[in-house]
This record gives sequence, structure tokens and C-alpha cells, in this order.
Amino acid sequence: MNPANYLILSALLFTIGAVGVLLRRNAIVVFMCVELMLNAANLTLVTFSRINGTLDGQIIAFFVMVVAAAEVVIGLAVILTIFRTRRSASVDDVNLLKY
Amino acid sequence: MNSFPWLTTLLVIPVVAAVVVLAVPRRFATLAKQITLVVTLVEFGLALLATIAYEPSRAGFQFAQKYSWIRQFGVSYSVGADGISLVLILLATLLVPVVVLASWDEVTGPAPAAAARAARAADPGGAAAGPAAGVVSRRSVPAFFALLLVLEAGMVGVFAATDVFLFYVFFEAMLIPMYFLIGSYGAVKEQAQRSYAAVKFLLYSLFGGLLMLAAVIGLYVVSADQLGTGTFDFATLRQLDITPGVQKLLFLGFFIAFAIKAPLFPFHTWLPDAGAQSPTGGAILLVGVLDKVGTFGLIRYCIPLFPKASSYFAPMVLALAVIGIFYGALLAIGQRDMKRLVAYTSLAHFGFIAMGTFALTSQGGTGAVLYMVNHGLSTGLLFLVVGFLVARRGSRDVSAYGGMARVTPVLAGVFLIAGLSSLALPGLNSFVSEFLVLVGTFTRYRALAIVATCGIVLAAVYILYLYQRTMTGPLVGEQARGVLDLSLREKIVVAPVVVLIIALGVYPKPLINIIRPTVTATFEDAGHTDPAPTIPVNASQAGGHS
Amino acid sequence: MSTVPMSRVPTHPAAVPMVTRYAMPHEPHYASATGIFSVMWLLLVLPLAGAAILLLGGRRTNRWGHLLATAAAATSFVVALLLFFALLGRSGDDRAVSQHLFSWIPVNSFQVDAGLLFDQLSALFVLLITGVGTLIHVYSIGYMAHDPARRKFFAYMNLFLASMLLLVLGDNFLVLYAGWELVGLSSYLLIKFWEDRPAAATAANKAFYMNRVGDVGLALAVMFMFATVGSTNFDTVFGAAAAGVIGYGTLTAIALLLLLGACGKSGQFPLQAWLPDAMEGPTPISALIHAATMVTAGVYLIARANPIFTETQAARTVVVIIGAGTILIGCVIGCAYDDIKKVLAYSTVSQIGYMFLAVGLGPAGYALGIMHLLAHGFFKAGLFLGAGSVIHAMNDEQDMRKYGALWRLMPVTWATFGICYLAIIGFPPLSGFFTKDKIIEAAFDKGGTSGYLLGSAALLGAGITAFYMTRLFLMTFHGERRWSDKGPRAVHPHESPRVMTGPMIPLAIGAAVAGGLFVLGGSVQNWLAPVVGESAEEGVHTMSPVVLTALTLLVAAGGFAGAYLRYQLRPVEAVAPPDAEVGLVTVAARHDLYANTFNEAVFMRPGQYATRFLVWLDTVGVDGAVRGSAAAVGGLSGRLRRTQTGFVRSYALSMLGGAVLVVGALYLVKVG
Repeated sequence: MNPANYLILSALLFTIGAVGVLLRRNAIVVFMCVELMLNAANLTLVTFSRINGTLDGQIIAFFVMVVAAAEVVIGLAVILTIFRTRRSASVDDVNLLKY
Repeated sequence: MNSFPWLTTLLVIPVVAAVVVLAVPRRFATLAKQITLVVTLVEFGLALLATIAYEPSRAGFQFAQKYSWIRQFGVSYSVGADGISLVLILLATLLVPVVVLASWDEVTGPAPAAAARAARAADPGGAAAGPAAGVVSRRSVPAFFALLLVLEAGMVGVFAATDVFLFYVFFEAMLIPMYFLIGSYGAVKEQAQRSYAAVKFLLYSLFGGLLMLAAVIGLYVVSADQLGTGTFDFATLRQLDITPGVQKLLFLGFFIAFAIKAPLFPFHTWLPDAGAQSPTGGAILLVGVLDKVGTFGLIRYCIPLFPKASSYFAPMVLALAVIGIFYGALLAIGQRDMKRLVAYTSLAHFGFIAMGTFALTSQGGTGAVLYMVNHGLSTGLLFLVVGFLVARRGSRDVSAYGGMARVTPVLAGVFLIAGLSSLALPGLNSFVSEFLVLVGTFTRYRALAIVATCGIVLAAVYILYLYQRTMTGPLVGEQARGVLDLSLREKIVVAPVVVLIIALGVYPKPLINIIRPTVTATFEDAGHTDPAPTIPVNASQAGGHS
Repeated sequence: MSTVPMSRVPTHPAAVPMVTRYAMPHEPHYASATGIFSVMWLLLVLPLAGAAILLLGGRRTNRWGHLLATAAAATSFVVALLLFFALLGRSGDDRAVSQHLFSWIPVNSFQVDAGLLFDQLSALFVLLITGVGTLIHVYSIGYMAHDPARRKFFAYMNLFLASMLLLVLGDNFLVLYAGWELVGLSSYLLIKFWEDRPAAATAANKAFYMNRVGDVGLALAVMFMFATVGSTNFDTVFGAAAAGVIGYGTLTAIALLLLLGACGKSGQFPLQAWLPDAMEGPTPISALIHAATMVTAGVYLIARANPIFTETQAARTVVVIIGAGTILIGCVIGCAYDDIKKVLAYSTVSQIGYMFLAVGLGPAGYALGIMHLLAHGFFKAGLFLGAGSVIHAMNDEQDMRKYGALWRLMPVTWATFGICYLAIIGFPPLSGFFTKDKIIEAAFDKGGTSGYLLGSAALLGAGITAFYMTRLFLMTFHGERRWSDKGPRAVHPHESPRVMTGPMIPLAIGAAVAGGLFVLGGSVQNWLAPVVGESAEEGVHTMSPVVLTALTLLVAAGGFAGAYLRYQLRPVEAVAPPDAEVGLVTVAARHDLYANTFNEAVFMRPGQYATRFLVWLDTVGVDGAVRGSAAAVGGLSGRLRRTQTGFVRSYALSMLGGAVLVVGALYLVKVG
């Protein structure tokens, strides 16, 4: 199979994720979109690893997964805490941290 | 004796002492003061011993030590003393114990309760009472003296460093204790102004410092180009052959930093604010020693490292210097705040120092270095006396005073001696240096020296006019009648300075002998020889023709 | 790589001064001090030690401080006498002894030593300073007896003696300059002695400022000398000047700068305005500093620098013009004042004008100027002490219109004052007759139109001097008494105590005989010849000396007669007539010929405006630029922080935008 297809797929996934982050208000959905983007990046890494015949991309993909897992732990905790205090999961309600 | 690590010892002692003093609980404030005083006196004694051990006739740096610090960038901890840095270290270590003793009771201020009462009395609305009282009680005595000790280490380091990077580090490190001295221990009732002054001082100096950092890195790059491996070692750097264009850029980087630090016109506006808002001790060290880093840098770094650029820019620097002499003097005459006035007089003095340095004659240079020491003493004494006055009457405003000579004759006498030294009366220290600067300039830039000499009239005006307004005439203010003359502690504080002011005026030779060889070598290495007298040496033949 | 080695040994060892040596016949030869001359430094140190003890000792020395100070002055005088006689014992061309004390400022080619020079010229000055100084110390014991700060007064007097001796004893121009400024300091301290009087403090400052203007001239002259001949020592500078190796322009510049210094110190036009104000100081000070010694330092300077002035006709012309002009300025103003001390002050100004005129005439006049200076030291000190005695007796009243008919009550003061008065107006055979007459004669002998102009000015001055001094004498001691011993302003004039009258007697004797002693046989002229050159005694006379003497006496008699008619035969008003009733000249003279007005309008006011303008400029302009740039940065950041909306999605969008930009940039670079 043409490896370029994987790249197109990952680009699509990344775009979907990015658009989701920008347009959706629900924090959980935004969060899932971020995950989508990370995994799109992972797919790219693995694809290039395959194309170039080296393992570097795959190794980095593991790093990304670890980071993503850590992020999920922190991120979900934050979202949950915000939901508890404000009874809302909309990211537009959390704008206290500004100028 | 020369193998003893004098400079490192001088550096380490205050740092260690600062840690110890900081650890002293606030209840034992007196203990902190006593430790500081003893340590600074020991430090001065050591500096004096080092001066005795120093051999003026030997060229190059003495007491030199060099240890690699950041090997990758060729940075080393290397210290050494020549005639110029040695006398400034001596000045710094002399002034610190004086400052410690002068600040003995200054930080403590009134007890919190009394201060609150005083504040309420001053401001019936009571709005200021809370914060003012809070400010007083929050001032920690041990921390103040620890800051002084750290500052002393910084001052010794900045003069002793023979690695340009190390110099830069000390140059910036000195800002930190000074920032806190102004910001936390400055004028008690003027919190906003003193924060403003502290921040202004810090930003100004940082701005100059960063320009210098760029130039320091530039030097490193040039040295890497020419030697293969980059270095910050001063002795190596001064042997580089830098192209004139690069020299000019790097010179400006250093020069602006030093011109801000010194300060020279028009980079001076931080000085009056910082001088006015500092505690007395801070002001003495700020104007007496810290600002000397700027003038020290001019002669130590700008001229040897960039000989061509310093010749090129000399007319510009001289013009700024002469403007500064008149500008500072005229502004001093126009001031009402005594501390600001003294700060502006310093602007005029720094003009003289810069002029002597960039006249590029051995007389001018020696005079300039001597002037740095003398200015430290005379302005230090002026700040001390003004501090005494402010401590007695609580105002820096000239118009709050008048006729003080009748109630405080000793204070008035010391004031007059400080002032006369500042206006360079013969027989007192500053005259020797000022005349050397003028005569050194005269041999090369005649018109300029003539203009600058006219500045000494203004010096008489700003000092004696101040004296007239504060000390003579009828007594101003009823409570002035009860003002006490100098206490024993205050007399002990001023005595060594007064003695030195007179001694160095009558017999300046010991200092000149230390300074002269270094300055002469500096200028000769940079290719500047003294102009010969206009009459040919073999004048008897010339006489035959006429 | 530069080839300049970093560690070069300095090529100027301190021990080898690069001083140019001139093997000239003109070069003065100074013997080094041995034998009795090795105590030369004591002259200075004795009064200096006195001052130091009194100032540092504080109140503890109150009881005996004045005695110590007087003893210091007297001992110094004894030392001076001993040295003088030792000098007499030496051969005529070996009477210059110098003592090297220590190396003062050694910087490579600039080598200045602290050295003293006791020669014919300085010997005379030392005798005058210590002699008159001692007498005035004694007088002050009485005059200042009730002043709570008497100790300080004596300390300052001793300080003055030391400074003045340094001035005349220095063997190079920088030491002279040090003494020059230090006498200015002592003068400042003593003028503002009663410093709670604002007028005294202001006068002291004015004196210091105007002196400083002169000092600038002297300082620049010293720099010029160093830049030209590489030394400031008298022998080197004078040797070069006499050898004619210094260019005429340089020499004239040096001479004019020295003259500026001399004008400042000696209260000569255009720097004369401080001297009358200096009368705010205690009267003994007016006698010592502002009449007998310090203000004559300008004459000393020109006489000392005679090898320079001799070579430059241009500078000497300026000197004589200033001298002649100041004679008349001083005389005219002296006629208008009613304050006894101010009249005497302007009299001093005009008498020093005579000395300037004399020394400006060149070799013919140096010795004449010095002679008049010495004679003036006696009679003017006597006059001031007498005035002090009167002021003391009249409860510090200085207005002569409140005096009158004091001669019976104060016989000693009257007699001594009278002798000094006759001496100053040139009554034969008192000293002024000899010394002033010689100067007038020399001025006429200069020849040509200028000689006639100068001579006439001096002659006219002699007439006016006779007028105003007679006026002063008559208004004070004779005529109606215009004071009362009853009522609210009662005074009880009485003769002063012996300690005050005592010193006036030797001064009066000096005023009587000194002139004759100096002139007869040309004693002082011969004595000074090795220093200032032979005076051309047998030169061409414009007018026969006898005729000229007669003319001078006639003019002076005219002045006397005018004053006698006006102030003895007609009653004197106890209140000065208002400006509207007197002539224009009198009004101008009462306002010091508008010198102060001029100084205020031209220097003080513009200076104040300049100061105010600069303070404004510094706050608004220079600091404004600094604060402006700080405000600009602050404002910009204020705008920029508005982009921090707090919305996560807008941050994400900006990140995306950033990423697109980076990718776009990469793409562009790669393609380009």
C-alpha cells in the first residue's frame, strides 16, 4: 500500500482534531480532539519510520503516548475540578486567566 | 607575601560574614552590627596590608590567581590587582566600616509603636499610619548589614576581576544588594518614590549592562577568530588587534554601560533619584564606590582594549565630560533637596574624571584615578553630614535649615571641610586630583581645559551657597534650638575621612606612586604619549636665536 | 595580533623629572637652606599648629587660646626676624634660600615639590605679615574680649597667617596657588565670622566667588607654564621667560592670566566689588586681611613674576590701565560713603591701584610698588585699628555722621589715627609722601601721552585721597559732636584699653618713618634689585622731581582744603542727604559705580535663570526622555496584553496561526 495514504489520513485526522479544538466548547470534546491530533502525529511518525526504515519515529511515538497519557491524567482532573466548582464543562466559561 | 591570595580572601570574608549575619535572629540586632563592624574593619586591615605588599614598580597584575570556571567558553575565575584597582579596593573597604558605623541606628528607626504614633500625628486622617508603621517594623537589621557585606564583596570583585566575563558578573551582581538597599531601606516615608528610584536604578544599570554583555560576547567572538579558542581573559584580550570598525562598536557597548554607571551626562537621571532615596550608607557606597566602577571601566577596559576607538571617540567623551561639569554644577545650584544636590555635584565631578581619563595623558589619567578615591572621600563625607542633618531634622529640604552652625558647630565644621574638599581647595585631597586632571588635559586639549577650569567657580557656588543656606543666618525652626551636635559615634565616623581628606591633600605621594605606573603603562601600551613642553628641551640653543 | 606587549615597564621613573634646564645668566640661583635657614618651615608650622590646637581643642582652649595664637604669631615673627638678619649677613647675590620640604605631586614630567623660598622679596613680606599680624593679634585680644567665639577667631587668624606665609614663601607657582586659595578660605571664614548675620554670610560668599574667578586665571597661568616649559618652579619659568625662549603671545597670555588672579585677590577692577562688602568681618580682620596683607597679594604676584611681565609690554599696559582706573574708582566711591569702614575699604582699593600702576610700569616700578605696599601695610592697618577703636567706643556704630569731636575723648586713637591719616594723604615727611610720590613720578616718567595720562590719574587720585581722608578724619574726630550720651541711643565714648591702643602705636611709628627709610638711599630698591631688577633711577624725567613733588603737594593740599571747607567749617548733617539732593556722581558712587548692579544683571540673574531653566530641562527634557521611553514600553505592553483573552480556543487559534506561519516560512525558504 502506498505509505502516502497514511500520511493523508493522518493529515485529515489532525485537521479534524484542530477544527474540533477551535470550534467545540465542551471541554471533554476539546480534550478528545487534542488526543486525536496527538494520535494523528503518532501515525505520521510511524509512517515515516516505515518509509525511512529506521526506528526513530516509532520510539518517539511511544514518548508521545506517554506524554498523552500523562496529559490525560492531569487534563481530566482539571476538567473535573472545574466542573465541580462551576457546574459547567464549557471552555468559554473558564476565562479568568487573562490580562 | 605576594603568594598569599589577598584578593580571594577579601572576596570570601564578606560573603561568609553576610551568611553569618543573616542567620542572626532579629532580636540580636546589635550582635549583627558588631559582627559586621568587626568583619569590615578586618577587611580594611587586610586591604591595607595588601596595599603594603603591592609593589608599584612591578608591571602587570599582582596577587593574580586564575582558575578555570566555565571551560567551554574560556571563562575563568581570575583576579589580580594593579595600581588602579588596588586604590579603589582600598577606598571601598575603607568606606564600608564607615558606612556600617554611620548606619548603626538608621535602619532601626523608631520603634513600631512610636512610629505609628508619629505617623498618626503627621497625618490626622490616619491613612498613612498603618503602612508607615508596617514599613518600619518590617525592616530587618541583620538583613541590612548582610546586604552591605554582599555589596562589599561585589565591589571588591568588580575591581579585582581580570576576566572580562567575571567582571560582568560582578558588575551586575552588585546591583542586587544595592536595589534592596534603596528599595527596602531608603527614605522611610516615601515608599512610592523610593521604589521608583530603586527600579529606575536597576533598569538603567541593567540596560547598560546588557549592552556591555553584547560587547563582551563580541570580544569573545573576535578572540575566537584570532586565537582559535575564545577567551575572556583581559590580558589576552588587550593584545588582540581588532579592526577599527569593530573596535568602535565594542567600545560603544562598554562605554554606554560605564557612562550610565558613572554616570556621565546625559545618562545621569537615575543618580539624583537613587541618591536622594537611598539610606545614607547606601548613598555613600552608591556614589562613592559603585559609580567608580563606571569611571574605573573607562580607564581599565575602554582604553586598553580599544585604543583606536578611544582615540576616535575621545573628543565626544571630552565634550560630554565638560558639559557634565557645567550641567551638574548648575543643576546642583538649583536643587532644594540636599541629597539630590550632592548627587548632582557628583555629576560634575564625574565629568572631571572622564575628562582626565580621555585626555590620554599620564597626568590626566593619574589625576582621574586619584580623583575617584578623593571623590569617594569627599562626597562620602558630604552624604554623611547631610545624613546627620536629616536624622536630626527629618527633612532633606534646604529651606528647612538655616543657622545650624550656631547649634551644631562641629557638624558645621565637618560640613565645611567636606564642601571645601568637594570644591577642590588646595591643601585638601580633591585639589591634587582636580589640578592633575586639568593640567593633564591642558597639555593636549588647551581650549577644553580652559573651559573646564571655569567650572571651578561654579563648584564654589554650589557648595558655599548650600552652606550659607543651611548653616548661616538666623536659626530656622523652633525645634532647631534643641538639636544636638555630633555624638561620639558620629565623630568617630567622620574622623578617619576628615583626616584622610587633609592628609591626601598635603601628602598624596603614596597613592600617586601606586597609581602612576599603572596609568602610564596603560596609556603607553595604547600608544598615547604625553605631549612634550612646547619649548624644545634644549632651550638654550633656541634662546640663542631670539 | 597586536605586537604591543601588555606588561611594559613604565618609562618615566618618578625620580627623573623631565624638567627643562636653562643655563641662562638670568636664571635665578637659589641656595639650599642650611644653618638657621633650615628652620624656615617653622614660619608656617607655628601658626598652623596654633590654628590646629585651637580648632581641635574646642572649648577646653577657650581660656588661653587667644594667648597661644598670639604667641604663635609672635614666635613666627621672631623667626622671621632671625632669618631676615641671617639674610642680611649673606652677600647680595646669594640672598635667595630655598628649602625643599617634600615631593608634593610627582606624576612623570609634572613634578611639584613642596618647597619654600626665602629671598629679598619674600623676606619683606614675611616681616610685614608676621609683624603686622602679631600686632593685630594683640589688638584683637582686646577687641574680641567679649565675643563668645573669640577662640575660633584666633584660630582663623592663625590659619590666615600660615596661608599667607605659604603664599609668599612658596618656591613654585603651585604652592603659591595653594597659599593663594587658602588665604581666600581664611578670608571667607573671617568675613562670615558673625555668621548669623545674613549680610556677613552673603559678603563672605561673594568674596569667595569673586576670588575664585581670579583663581581660575592663576590656575590657568600655572597650566600654561607647565605646558610651555614643563615646570612650575620659579627658577625654571623665570629663566625661560628671561631668556626669551617663550613666545610673546604665550608670555602675554600667562601674564594676563596672572593679572586676572591678582585682580581677584587685590580687589582691582573689574573684580573690586567684594572688598567693601568684606567689611562685614570684625575690624581687626579688615585691618590684617583686607588692608595690610592678603589684598596686596596681587601686587606680590606681579612683582614675583616680574621676569614674565618685564618681557610683555602688552600685559603691562593692561596692568597700568587697571591700576590707574582703580585708583580713580576707589577714590570717587570713597568720597560718597558715610560708613567709616567702607571708606577705608575703598581707600584700600585705590591705594592698591597705585601699587598696580607701579608694578605695571615694569622694572622702573616693581620696587616702588613693593615700597608703597609695605608703607600701606603700616598706615592702613593703623587706620583700620583706629577705626576699630572708634567703632568699639561708639557701640558698634559705623556711620561717621553719628561721630564727631571724639579727639578729646580718645587721644591715643586720635594721635595714631592722625599720623596714619597724614601718611596716606602724603604729608611730608611721612611714609605716603615718599612712596606715593615716587609712583606718580615714575608714571610721568613713562613718557609720551600714556605717561601723562597715567601720571595725571595718579595725581588726581592723590588729590581725591586727601579730600576723602580729610573728610573721614574731620567727621570722626573733629567738628560738632553728633551723638548723645543720654536717651535711648546713648553712647559713652572712651579710650580703648591698652591692649588695643598698644599695637596702634608701633603702626603709627611705622607709618611715619617707614617711607623715608625705604626711599632714602634707595635701600629697598637696592635690596630688591636681585629679584626685580635694577630700577632705572637715572632715567629721563618728564618733569623735574622737585616740580612734581610740589605739584603733588599742591593737589593734595587742594583736596585737604576742599574737605576742610566742607566738613570742618560747615556743620555735618547727622543724616545723609537723600539721593535727590546730591549730584549724579555722588549717587553713582553711593551705588559703587553700579558694579554690583552690573554683576547682578550680567552674571547673577542670567545665572539664576539658566539654573532654573536647566532644572526644568533636566526634569522635563533629559529625565522626560527616559521616563517617556519607559512609559512607551509600558503603554505598548498594556495594548499587547489585551490579546490575552483567557479563551482557550483563541490561544489555540493563535498557535495554529503560528504553526501555519512557520510552515509557510519553511516552505518559502525551501522553495526560494
